[in-house]
Amino acid sequence: MLRVLFFARIKEELDCPALELHWEQSIADLDSLQARLCRDGGEEWQSVLGRSNTIRAVNQVVVAGNSPLVDGDEVAFFPPVTGG
Amino acid sequence: MLSVSIQVEDFDSAQLQRQLLAGAMEEGAVATFTGYVRAANTGRDVQAMQLEHYPGMTERSIEAILERARARWPLLAASVVHRVGRLQPGDQIVWVGVSSAHRAASFSACEFVMDYLKNEAPFWKKEEGAQGAIWVEVRNEDRSRAARWDEKTQA
Repeated sequence: MLRVLFFARIKEELDCPALELHWEQSIADLDSLQARLCRDGGEEWQSVLGRSNTIRAVNQVVVAGNSPLVDGDEVAFFPPVTGG
Repeated sequence: MLSVSIQVEDFDSAQLQRQLLAGAMEEGAVATFTGYVRAANTGRDVQAMQLEHYPGMTERSIEAILERARARWPLLAASVVHRVGRLQPGDQIVWVGVSSAHRAASFSACEFVMDYLKNEAPFWKKEEGAQGAIWVEVRNEDRSRAARWDEKTQA
């Protein structure tokens, strides 16, 4: 199982805080997972997740570029951070 | 000793400073920073502020920032308290406290922690005002304030 989380503006726009996907070889990396989410979610998901400033994290660590995913991983998509 | 607390409740900075120093005798200098909700931000009136975070990752990312600060300066203790939930103008949002033997390390490390927290810790602010609710945008100044630590030699 892959656990996928969305935060802040992205969560609101997708109207989805979290979902779970059965892990399989076809989504064994971050880019493939994102492509699957966009395929299933349609245009709205494509434009929201595809923004150039979207940050992606795997197991609570931000990753730049693509990254392999294994069964049990937690993936998150969120906009630039604005705390403090 | 490093500590991180993400909480809804308000905090008492005097009490946090006493906790930071608890029982220690080598400390000669404590630097602290407290951040507040402003009543106006980039020209908009702010009636309330909603703060969201990523439970687990937020704590881990701040701990990593404190570790980096301790690797860079001879710190004795460092602590961060950050509130989440709905806050009003004038409310405290964040507290950073750093102790060291001498003031230079405490001043620098406190600023370093705050600069990186703003850039890396997964929090998001949503402002509620007369025009409705809007997500706060990233300020370029916040990015460049953190970047300058990469160029600086140790203070």
